[in-house]
Amino acid sequence: MASTRVEHAFSRVGPGFAVVESVRVDQITPRARLGITARLILSIIIAFVMLIPVLWMAMTAFKARPDATASPPKVIFVPSLDGFIGLFTNRTQLSAAALAEQQQRTDLNFWERQTLARGMRILGPSKFVSQLSNSLIIAISSTILAVTLGLLSAYAFSRYDIPGKRDWLFFILSTRMLPAVVVTIPIFLMYRAVGLYDTHVGMILLYTVFNLSFSVWLLKGFIDEIPIEYEEAALVDGYSRLQAFRKIVLPQCVTGIAATAVFCLIFAWNEYAFALMLTSEKARTAPPAIPANLGIGGIEWHVIAAGSMLFLIPVVIVTFALRQYLLRGVTFGAIRQ
Amino acid sequence: MSQITLQNITKRFGTVTALNNVSFEVKHAEFFVLLGPTGAGKTTTLRIIAGLTKQDAGSVAFDGQPVDTLPPADRDVAFVFQQYSLYPTMTVYENLAFPLRAPLRRMKEEEIRKRVTETAEVLRISHLLQRKTARLSGGEMQRVSIGRAIVRNPRVYLMDEPLSNLDAKLREALRVELSHLQRTQGSTTLFVTHDQIEALTMADRIGVLNHGCIVQVGTPEDIYDRPATTFVAQLVGSPKINLLNAATDGGVITIMDSDVHLPACELCTDPANLPCEFILGIRPEDVRPDPAGLFAGEIALTEPLGVETLLHIRIGRQTLVSTVPGISPLSRGESVRFGIVRERLHFFDRTTGVRFSE
Amino acid sequence: MAEIELRQVAKKFGDLWAVKPMDLTIYDGEFVALLGPSGCGKTTTLRMISGLEAVTEGRIFINGKDVTWLSASQRDIAFVFQFFALYPQMTVRQNIAFPLESQGMKRAEINQRVAEVVKLLEIGHLLQRKPPALSGGDKQRVALARSLVRKPACFLMDEPLGALDAEFREVMRAEIKRLHLAQHATTVYVTHDQVEAMAMGDRIVVMSAAEVQQIGTPAQVYHDPANLFVANFIGSPGMNLVPGKYVGDEVHLRGGSVYPTPPAWRPTLAARWQRDDVIVGFRPEAAQVSETGAIRGMVYASDLHGSYTMLHVSLNGELRPNGNGEDTIVHIRARRDVHYVIGSLVRFDLNPEMVRFFDPESEKAIAKEVRG
Ligand SMILES: Nc1ncnc2c1ncn2[C@@H]1O[C@H](COP(=O)(O)OP(=O)(O)OP(=O)(O)O)[C@@H](O)[C@H]1O
Ligand SMILES: Nc1ncnc2c1ncn2[C@@H]1O[C@H](COP(=O)(O)OP(=O)(O)OP(=O)(O)O)[C@@H](O)[C@H]1O
Ligand SMILES: [Mg+2]
Ligand SMILES: [Mg+2]
Repeated sequence: MASTRVEHAFSRVGPGFAVVESVRVDQITPRARLGITARLILSIIIAFVMLIPVLWMAMTAFKARPDATASPPKVIFVPSLDGFIGLFTNRTQLSAAALAEQQQRTDLNFWERQTLARGMRILGPSKFVSQLSNSLIIAISSTILAVTLGLLSAYAFSRYDIPGKRDWLFFILSTRMLPAVVVTIPIFLMYRAVGLYDTHVGMILLYTVFNLSFSVWLLKGFIDEIPIEYEEAALVDGYSRLQAFRKIVLPQCVTGIAATAVFCLIFAWNEYAFALMLTSEKARTAPPAIPANLGIGGIEWHVIAAGSMLFLIPVVIVTFALRQYLLRGVTFGAIRQ
Repeated sequence: MSQITLQNITKRFGTVTALNNVSFEVKHAEFFVLLGPTGAGKTTTLRIIAGLTKQDAGSVAFDGQPVDTLPPADRDVAFVFQQYSLYPTMTVYENLAFPLRAPLRRMKEEEIRKRVTETAEVLRISHLLQRKTARLSGGEMQRVSIGRAIVRNPRVYLMDEPLSNLDAKLREALRVELSHLQRTQGSTTLFVTHDQIEALTMADRIGVLNHGCIVQVGTPEDIYDRPATTFVAQLVGSPKINLLNAATDGGVITIMDSDVHLPACELCTDPANLPCEFILGIRPEDVRPDPAGLFAGEIALTEPLGVETLLHIRIGRQTLVSTVPGISPLSRGESVRFGIVRERLHFFDRTTGVRFSE
Repeated sequence: MAEIELRQVAKKFGDLWAVKPMDLTIYDGEFVALLGPSGCGKTTTLRMISGLEAVTEGRIFINGKDVTWLSASQRDIAFVFQFFALYPQMTVRQNIAFPLESQGMKRAEINQRVAEVVKLLEIGHLLQRKPPALSGGDKQRVALARSLVRKPACFLMDEPLGALDAEFREVMRAEIKRLHLAQHATTVYVTHDQVEAMAMGDRIVVMSAAEVQQIGTPAQVYHDPANLFVANFIGSPGMNLVPGKYVGDEVHLRGGSVYPTPPAWRPTLAARWQRDDVIVGFRPEAAQVSETGAIRGMVYASDLHGSYTMLHVSLNGELRPNGNGEDTIVHIRARRDVHYVIGSLVRFDLNPEMVRFFDPESEKAIAKEVRG
């Protein structure tokens, strides 16, 4: 109830000061309205400024190479697919004769024709496709693992009296306290020794471990909010602990699971430092690959931009789809009816 | 047959002793109410009986068989929680069917349907069966919770303040409903509350709990007419009983700080049993304004409640609360004469608060 | 000193009427209770009087002066909220003196004012303590002291006892009433507890669904409710309301009993155009159980209420109420020394002075015509 919220704000000031000016939308003076409009415009401007890099990246992705590196930068330009062709294919420059011969062919697809127009021929797909799929496999598997394991241990931490519970929880959190780069070298050495270097399993394991502490804490918050009475009712009704967990707790913390999953996914998807150090060919993910592999003579900004943009899209979609859960996840514990 | 016996139950949480040597018995088909203020240990008692909490010492027996080692699922009790116990992701029907679907019951879907519909009819919630529980009103929710308990036909019902979150009108209605249901079905029920009206109105017997100890067990009449301590006396009855310091010197009882003197010879208690100083308890309805009354005072405040009016009568430096039926014509500042029903006075020890028995 | 007058005051939030146009005059020194179920607009009314909420329509006068568009701080009122907040780091004394200090009042005068309220509320022994060390009731007293110390012309209280235990509530109820009697500051008191409103109010404003249902003294709203809502809302349990048909000086009640109407009512009931449907209303204490009583029913449940027994009687003669608002269970008071078995037959009569009649269509009370 809106009125209650306002009262709380007052009572914090104290009853002696209970009678103070209140700010309510329905009694705004024209002057105040001006202020609000100004603030709105300001925040739009700030949001725009914040988004310029992203916008610039999207624009660069559709520029041809000369436009991408032009100085002063071009805002108006002719869109081109150069960047995407560069991203997905390995090509070779054709001689004039070969070019003429190729241009006779009628069985070329859209991409081949585009490449031909640039005087080149497609040799085969670039590594980017496999890197992107590595990213997907590793991010999704580690997310599933981190959320599942996190859920179980969060449930235990929330519901059972574990000796030294707070120390354990602190210990779990402490695994996130030092910057990842600090431990890359030791992990690199360990991984090489046990044969996990440049493997999917190695990366999945690593990201799971890293996400686990976060997922335990976040999910514990959600489970704490589900009243224990629900499960106890089920226990008295004749169900076992595990059945009660599956039938009662699980359906009620979908929100939490979704939020946690998104956060874990974003982390694993974006991770750069470990991926750079611990993978080379087989298990290399997209983040280190995009800036590193795409320059053959000068940095190909339009290709990098195209890669970055494609790389962003899945995260944006997932985040957007789950945004109401996310908001709840970020503020968990803060909202109580 | 279903009967619960608690023997010397003790439970500690760290340094807090939630229950201290609690023993009582709930008889077959009895409506037993556990009454006590916040923190008395009422919920803990229920949870121990249901097997949700383990006691530190003592034992719980159903029909004479100890059940201390049984998990909650095998005790065959139904628990109605104060709140929260309806599963928000399920419909009312699914909520009612939930206990019947428990693996240990292996009930056929047909049988489940029959039982659920019957229960819904008894509680008049048939029209709600397909609704999600999140969209029910408070009263409907609590009726469904009760339904989830009775649908199983368990050995005993354990109810933890099921009415306390409802508004006054609903509470009244459900109180009547529960009491009717229990009496007509003859189920053994242990009902926990801190509301004395609920206890008095519904119970066959009441157990009063304070600081983890049973203070008195008895019928509502016992508790109201013969409270064992000043604590029990104050706990039941609204408005509260008048407790006054009083003294006696043989023949006359004097209420301190006032000029009320009662000749002790007419009292039910043998004045020889009384020490010189004690606490005198007078229920408000036993203070009766009466032009021919023996005592005089001044009206300090009137509270007309409709059915009755509370008169705060100032006598010396003490105030007596009196209830009179209807809306009283007396008003503040008027002097008033009143009588006291002497057969119904209560005498308590000044230091321990324990009742002097007749 | 304050007389508050509301003229056609109303409040709309978007399309929702939170308070429909209402007229109300609160006289100087009066204690008015605003009573109604949750969401009926009590708080909104109070906030409009305080100036914390702008009115949508109508005008508000304090002592004859139009204050409709004055801000809260210009109205000289004190608003007491449901949750009293005390500053935990200050002593009780500092807490009480705080509102005065912020006004820049002289030390001597502050001391004198504080001493006054401390005496009034009998909290002298608490002055040096800090709020966390106080019991709930004491905290409430201190909070009251803090709003009293400003000596406002008028108090607006929004369920100040709502957060307290039932036990404390009874004590604090008398306390607030006593304070009011000592100071005679105009007070508007919001509550949804009808017992509180009855016990404290000089007059009660019963609201429901954003509308004023009745304004009257406790005796008026109890004995002569203006409509079915008030009849049911006031009292615990509320008034028994039994529909029936008026046929030749008798009412055939639902459930089969025939109730001969009190002679004083007959002309009124007979004069209602050809309408014969009527609702008979009576309070639990208006019924007298007797062997020869005109109304009969079966005991549905019975319970002890300390000094008396409340009988719940099904007039249908059935033990199961026939669902969906069709209940004809009435509640009657009976002597506690008789034991009533569920399912047994009881008969009772009604005290003719205490019977009221309602029109089922308009839901309003039927006024008794007084002849010549
Ligand atoms: N899980 C627990 N851990 C620690 N202390 C507990 C726990 N459960 C109960 N207690 C303590 O035991 C005592 C009794 O608690 P209990 O919940 O049984 O009281 P209650 O009579 O049900 O009170 P209420 O009317 O407030 O529900 C209290 O002092 C409480 O703080
Ligand atoms: N700021 C607001 N915006 C929109 N609607 C509001 C606002 N404040 C109150 N309302 C609505 O106006 C109606 C009356 O609210 P109000 O707070 O006055 O009720 P109340 O009688 O005080 O109820 P309660 O007893 O629950 O406090 C309610 O339906 C409420 O939802
Ligand atoms: Mg409890
Ligand atoms: Mg309100």
